[in-house]
Amino acid sequence: MSVTDDTPGRVAYVNARLLDPASGLDAAGGLLSDGEVIVEAGAGLFDTGVPDGAQVVDCAGACLAPGLVDMRMQTGEPGEEHKETLATSGRAAVAGGVTSMVCLPNTEPVIDDMSTVEFVARRARKHGLAKVYCYGAITKGLEGREITEMAMLSEAGAVAFTDGLKTVIDTQVMCRALAYAGTFGFLLVQHAEDPSLAAGGDMNAGETATRLGLAGIPKQAEIIIVERDIRLLEMTGGRLHFAHLSTAESLDAVRRAKAAGLAVTCDTAPPYFALNELAVGDYRTFAKLSPPLRTEADRQAVIDGIKDGTVDVIASDHLPQDEEAKRLPFGEATSGGTGLETLLAVTLELVHNGHLDLLGALDLVTRKPAAMMGLDAGQLKPGAPADLVIFEPETGWQVTETKLHSKSKNSPFDGRPVQGRILRTVIDGRTVFELGA
Amino acid sequence: MNAETEHPSYPHRHLLGIEGLSPLEITALLDRSEAYVDQNRQTDKKQSLLRGRTIINLFFENSTRTRTSFELAGKRLSGDVINMSVSTSSIKKGETLIDTAMTLNAMHPDVLVVRHPESGAVKLLSEKVNCAVINGGDGSHEHPTQALLDALTIRRRRGTLQGLSVAICGDILHSRVARSNIHLLNTMGARVRLIAPATLIPPGVERLGVEVFHNMEEGLRDCDIVMMLRLQQERMHGSFFPSVREYFAFFGLDYAKLANAKADALIMHPGPMNRGVEIDAEVADDFGRSVIREQVEMGVAVRMACLEILTENLDRPAQRNL
Repeated sequence: MSVTDDTPGRVAYVNARLLDPASGLDAAGGLLSDGEVIVEAGAGLFDTGVPDGAQVVDCAGACLAPGLVDMRMQTGEPGEEHKETLATSGRAAVAGGVTSMVCLPNTEPVIDDMSTVEFVARRARKHGLAKVYCYGAITKGLEGREITEMAMLSEAGAVAFTDGLKTVIDTQVMCRALAYAGTFGFLLVQHAEDPSLAAGGDMNAGETATRLGLAGIPKQAEIIIVERDIRLLEMTGGRLHFAHLSTAESLDAVRRAKAAGLAVTCDTAPPYFALNELAVGDYRTFAKLSPPLRTEADRQAVIDGIKDGTVDVIASDHLPQDEEAKRLPFGEATSGGTGLETLLAVTLELVHNGHLDLLGALDLVTRKPAAMMGLDAGQLKPGAPADLVIFEPETGWQVTETKLHSKSKNSPFDGRPVQGRILRTVIDGRTVFELGA
Repeated sequence: MNAETEHPSYPHRHLLGIEGLSPLEITALLDRSEAYVDQNRQTDKKQSLLRGRTIINLFFENSTRTRTSFELAGKRLSGDVINMSVSTSSIKKGETLIDTAMTLNAMHPDVLVVRHPESGAVKLLSEKVNCAVINGGDGSHEHPTQALLDALTIRRRRGTLQGLSVAICGDILHSRVARSNIHLLNTMGARVRLIAPATLIPPGVERLGVEVFHNMEEGLRDCDIVMMLRLQQERMHGSFFPSVREYFAFFGLDYAKLANAKADALIMHPGPMNRGVEIDAEVADDFGRSVIREQVEMGVAVRMACLEILTENLDRPAQRNL
């Protein structure tokens, strides 16, 4: 891997298929970067030759797109460095073409004060890999009682607010959090699951759980919170986003709320459109996720939601768990799956299966999450940071432990053949990942 | 070489569950069990089939009946039987299930009989050892030897399972006995009804091929077999019914409700019974119809047959080990 600390000079990316969802550009052409920013991108850019002194990167017909922006991932630092560090998640990210990512506040200590925001930013910067941004917690200690100093956290760098894997369950607290965040225009992200309805549950409730003798989490646990929070949003105003929606009915609720003009958005993650509850099979703990994998009908509904724009973003939901947390009986195993390195390839399944075109799929992992998080990323426009990914959308590979860079190996896609190979990842003009290098 | 050696009637390495077994495989296990019933009634109950074999009863959950039944089964076949009771709390202190499996595996047992409070734990353990594994009950998933002994009890009384109407009543939600019995009875051509309050019926269970009732009188109507289940209050988090008094009044088996079943309907219970909770004491002891003690007797025979068949399979080439 050629990671350099030198200030990059001018780099000409030639013979590329340029893909820029923001401008709708999908054409053969080239891109010129100077230092850390994009100078120009377009069809026929280097027809009259490459500028003198520029380093040439020959894309050989591969796709060149803005680097991926992952709006939800978890790292183990601080607190659970045995599962993942900012260095290992950074390497996993760039191997997956992710150049910016927003980490959840479920760290130890929780990201609920300014010093932790600054710690994460400073530690991540040191590695010079994917750019790391953080969420601030909605409530202190993620305890669901008192709201955090959101405005000060925002000044320290928090880009949005969430209690991560915990639902803000107290209705009054959520109501005030929405109203208060709305005061400043901050985005609140809710993990929608009623904890008492989901208590003790290991997987989606239904025939499969019953067969396996596992306690079920009914889909209503998600739907109830989505519907409740939409009601609250009607009352408070503000901006509300639901993380990793997994059921047909909760997507329907968002669809209706959007039609009614509310500022509500949502995302999903690759497991929810590429897998269903049958992936649990004979108690595969890598398929134990939160929210749980749902039925095939729900999976289809998630794809429909992606196609009709109800789903705004696809996030990796990267959540590393070590062997100690996964090599256990299903009921005792911790939920979560890694996702940074499979985000692009599994998202491209939507293209290969005819649900989206390439630009449409990339939009969900570049421009849209960047816009939602307010990041200067996700576009190939002059002056923007030269955060780029070069990939071959058709090339196949198999997801296996040994190929993944994350410190934890708990991919729900373990063993899956996928298409879409990252050749090179560039951040601020520097190549930070090169396949086989 | 006889036909059985070349084409074993039960071609699996382990007995992890009933789901997926064929009618022929189940029949083979029952036929083999049958032979041990008479032997167990003689003065000399011992055979030497398992001489030199080591059987470890590894119980992560309290059990007296099942463990004793397996222990007797192993000893009557001359196997060396070791009982290990591991409380889950000590497991949580450090050693994981997989560590325990690897440790025991290093001692070269021939059969591990495993009971564990988590569904799927026995399957997980079976993947890490070289010996045969018998599921002695995993969480709310399966308890295959219980279903087999229930089937043997019924078959000896009724001649067949085919066409019988069997009502399973009570705490279906938490019951591995119910799941194993549903699979076995359906596979063998019986019709299964479940009777319980809606809070104790697992979602989607009708997809397993059963009819669900919430009323004992309706559910028991004209059925041939009444299987009562123990209320597993130790597995209940929160309240699934308001009181034992109310539960017994509406879902406990007494003579008034039993009158809806066929006059000669058999009464079964996997034990241990909560008299006055799910079953009236007199009904449980009904001389003509209650076969609860016979079930216990059949248990030893079934477990002897399972030990015999699985140890036979240990000596076979591995190609069909499932």
